[in-house]
This record gives sequence, C-alpha cells and structure tokens, in this order.
Amino acid sequence: MKLKISFPEERVKSPILSEVIIKTGILVSIVSSHVDSKGGEIIIEVIDKSYEAIKDEFESRGVAVQLLDTLICRDEKECVDCGACISVCPSKVFGYAEDWSLTMDTQKCIRCGLCVGMCPHQALSIDGTDCE
Amino acid sequence: MAKTIAEINEKIASGNVCVVTAEEMSDIVDNIGAEKAAKEVDVVTTGTFGAMCSSGVFLNFGHSEIPIKITKMFMNDVEAYSGIAAVDSYLGATQVSEKLGIKYGGAHVIEDLICGKEVEVVAQSYGTDCYPRKELTTTITLDDLNQAIMVNPRNVYQRYDAATNGSKKIIHTYMGELLPDFKNVTYSGAGILSPLSNDPTYRTIGAGTKIFMGGAEGTVVGEGTQCSTASGYGTLMTTANLKEMTKEYVNAASFEGYGTSLFLGIGIPIPILDAEMAQATAVRDKDIEVSIKDYSIGKRDRPVVRNANYEELRSGSISLNGKDVTTSCMSSFKKSRDVAEELKRRIVAGTFLLGANTTTLPPKQSTKPMKETNKTPVVRDVMGEKVITVDESAGIIEAAGLMKQNERNHVSVLSNGKLVGIITSWDISKAVADGNTDTVNACMTKNVITCSPDETIDVVAKRLTEFKISAIPVIDSNQNVIGMLTSEHISKLFTRGKHE
Repeated sequence: MKLKISFPEERVKSPILSEVIIKTGILVSIVSSHVDSKGGEIIIEVIDKSYEAIKDEFESRGVAVQLLDTLICRDEKECVDCGACISVCPSKVFGYAEDWSLTMDTQKCIRCGLCVGMCPHQALSIDGTDCE
Repeated sequence: MAKTIAEINEKIASGNVCVVTAEEMSDIVDNIGAEKAAKEVDVVTTGTFGAMCSSGVFLNFGHSEIPIKITKMFMNDVEAYSGIAAVDSYLGATQVSEKLGIKYGGAHVIEDLICGKEVEVVAQSYGTDCYPRKELTTTITLDDLNQAIMVNPRNVYQRYDAATNGSKKIIHTYMGELLPDFKNVTYSGAGILSPLSNDPTYRTIGAGTKIFMGGAEGTVVGEGTQCSTASGYGTLMTTANLKEMTKEYVNAASFEGYGTSLFLGIGIPIPILDAEMAQATAVRDKDIEVSIKDYSIGKRDRPVVRNANYEELRSGSISLNGKDVTTSCMSSFKKSRDVAEELKRRIVAGTFLLGANTTTLPPKQSTKPMKETNKTPVVRDVMGEKVITVDESAGIIEAAGLMKQNERNHVSVLSNGKLVGIITSWDISKAVADGNTDTVNACMTKNVITCSPDETIDVVAKRLTEFKISAIPVIDSNQNVIGMLTSEHISKLFTRGKHE
C-alpha cells in the first residue's frame, strides 16, 4: 500500500524517514518526494501488514500519514476509452479489456502524473480526493 | 447481379436488409468469399471516433431588437468568426479561450451547447444606419439559435501517421505526449472500422453520401480540405445538424501543450453493390499501413522511423530500433465500434436510408505545400561547414590548441568517428582552474544536443535557448558531424540582413 507522509516546516531537516526505517526495520520504497524549506511530502510504499507500525512511528514524530487508496481517479463521464494514457504510464496501470474499454490497475500507480497531462479529455486526476 | 442503392433502400424500407459491421464483414468474406458475401450482405457499417480538429459550427443568432451587424464575437470568451452577414458566425473547434487558453476552446463551447448549457455571447460592431447597435451581451442555449449546422472542412482521414519522439525531451503534440528516446508511439484511426479504408477507391463515398455524425444524420459535402487521393490520404467535408447531436458522440478535448480539438463519432454505411465492394470491406487491421514518424523534427516532412500496420499498433507494443515500445491510440476503438453498431441498428430499424453519392472524390489529387515567399533559412545555409573534431582520448591541451588555431569555442568530440560529446572553451577553463589536465572525455559534455542541416533556424535557435547552450553540432542522417551552428552564426543573420 502507498502512504503519503507530510512533514511540517520545522521537521524538514530531521532525518525522520531514516529514523523510522531503522527503528521499525520496515522496508520502504520511495515512490515520490517533494521536500523544500516550507515542508515536505513523500509518497512511500510498504507491505500492508507494516501499515499500523509505521504509521505510529511517523505520527509519534509529528508527521502526518495518509493512506492513499485512490492513487489515480478516472472521471467515467469524460473518459472515451481511447487509451491515450496507456503508453505514457511507466507502471502499466492502464490496459484494454476484451471489448476495448479501458481498464485500470490503480494499485500500480506511482502518481507520476504523466497520464494526467496525456488525457485529451481531462478525465484523470491524482489530487488524492476520492473518485466520484 | 449488381445491386443499386435504390434497391438497398427498398430492402431497408421493407425490413429485409442485411447489415453487418466492417469487423463482421471481414470474417464473412473470409468464410464464404466476396461473390457470395455480396449477395447476402447489403450494407457494411463503419465507424470512427477520434480528434477531428478541422470541425466547427455555423450559427445563426436571429436579430436583436435594435439590430447589430456583428463584426467580432466571443462565445464563453472563445472567438467565433463573424465576417459573414449580420448575425451568422462560425465557431471553430480549435479556437482557444481568450481567458483560459488551451484548456477551453471552440470544441468545449460546442459540447456545452449540445449539453444544453448556457453560453455567454459578447458581440461588437461599428454600427450602420440599418444596424445601429454597437455592442451586445447575451446568454443563449442551443434552443435559442435558429440554426446550428456543423460543417467540418476536413474529417475522416483515410490514413493517419503514427507518432514517436527521437529527441531527448518530452514533446507535446496533437498526437499527445511523446516520451523521449522513442519511448512510446501514438496513433489515430479505427483500422478495420475506418470508413475510407473500407472504400479506398471512393466508389460509394462522395458528395451526397449519408453518414452518421455525432449522433445525427449527416451528409458528405464532398472532398475535404487537404484531400490527397493520389497518396491515399483522402478526406471528407461533412455536415450535420448540431441540434440532433449527443454528447455520447461529441466530446471536447484539450491536448496539453497543443490546444483544443473535437472528438467526433462518424460512421459511413457502405452499400455492397457487388463483389468488388464486398472485397473492399473485408479489409483488416493488418492490411492498413501506417508510417511511424519522428514528431520531434519540426518540419513538414518528418522522417519515417518505420512502417507498421494497425494489427501491430493495436497489439499494444511495437519494435522500434530493436526495442519493444508501448503504443497508445488517440482514437477510441470502443466508441468507433459503438458508432458502427448504432448505425447498423438504425439501418436495420429502417430509420436511416442510404444516400447515393452524386459526385466522387477527385482521383489522383495531391496536396501542395504552402508557397512561402519569405523563407526562413535552414541550418545548412548558415552553419560553419569546416568540421573541427577531437578524439575523446585526446588531452585537453590538444583540444585547446585546436580551438586557438581555428578560432573556435566549441569542438565536437568523436569516438570511432561517431559524435560522443562536445567540449567548449568554458569546459577547458573550468578544468584548468580546477587543476585538471585530464583527457577530453573527462571534461566534455556527454549529452550532446544536435540538429539536422534541414531544420529551420528559428526551430534550432529555440533549442539553443531551451538547453542554455551556445553551439550545436549539425549531424546528417548517418550521425556524421557535418558542421557546427553557433549563436554567432545566428546573430550574423540579422547584421547582414535577411538571408535570401
């Protein structure tokens, strides 16, 4: 599962991620990271059973943890099943079903955003809000 | 045994017509042969659903209480051409919003009208004795218009090129996002279901042919603009009533970094007059050729990376330069199929009769390039032709000597005769200042940005700015260095006057 770790401004310089990894021994994949002087946001991936333990460790250090269950959203009213998104996705989230409708394996999404720009119908979003 | 369109229409009216889609027809002809298929099948329906940029709508607004002869008009901040009479205008799909730019354009206004939404209209005029009003602002819906007639200058291209990108950076095109280093391929069209691929000699498609267009019943006006029958790139001008269209078959689109377009569903019924037509409609994806072109080359004639067919493109990946590359379709095959199925349903139900084409497309017509009277010079015209190179294993002293001797600031670096880097006087200054007296290889820039001799200067000048570089090696199609273009060469263009 993927988690969004949000650092406040005053914690940016602390090696929190390293501390949590060493303390818990949980293996973490970094999906994306945006950190600057005003704060930071790191998306990590961990195995499902590590969720509670790693969440507690981060939160005890004043870092917010949000479970990302909607990694990528599709507005089905706008999507025309063209499949333009298929070839720009680096993690093969998109494909065609037997009837040429678009399929999505959202758990593979790394939230790079390439498909969002590719979609001619602005049907895809990764803003983290729930899909309608 | 040949059938006529009138006979087929009688069958439709009496409910005894045999209609199949172009997908189904391929199997039928394979199974029973063209002769027999022509006896059994009366109509083959085709369909396509993709970006049709050359689309727009003629609108008539009716006269206001104090009449106005509109000279400029905006609909939701998108300009509609109004140099036609007093209250007529033409709203083009690719015209973009004055305020929102490419996020919203004529195509979106068209979609909003179809969906019954209100659209703000702002109009201006200079005022005349018969049309005194000079300004007007109102809000309209599709119902308020007298006419809204879609007339699309160029739709349903017979063939499309597929796109890839051989450059080092992502590019944004009307074929979508193209990843660097040939990492993806995008293509358009419906292959087996594509209307003109099922009648490639245009026997039954021409002025007067009745078509399914955006959910409405439309007509082919005749040849489309840029119609090039000689090279197999036929196009059609089409028309239908916007008031009869539905969002299901008409969708506005915005391509990042490019602009707006209209996705439109068009289906053409093909009368199976004889075995020849049955054979034509048996076409399959593998029979339809597509050229994959490098869209990073900003020229009219883009180089073909390879040729492919729709079967290969639709398999999901294709081999390019020895690597498997993922393909994406910019048209919707699912919706293309919906169009062909819906057209079939209407014909079987007797609500859609065929229209005989009164004029055929002009055969053997080709498209001319634009006549340009003030040509932009190309790289070849201004580059330095004396090629100064150094091997990557040479010392930087040797490179510095070459620069001094030839009065150059940039030298191309080769390895086994191939370009592997570029070294500048700045690179050497840095190395010396840092106390390095290494080989050229250690100091050079390895990710070299290059250009071809036929690219225009404005395109390459933009590249120099973009990559913050002051010189660019010119390479031919065999990757051999044939010159160097520097910012000084470009500056000289202006000091010595416009290049002839």
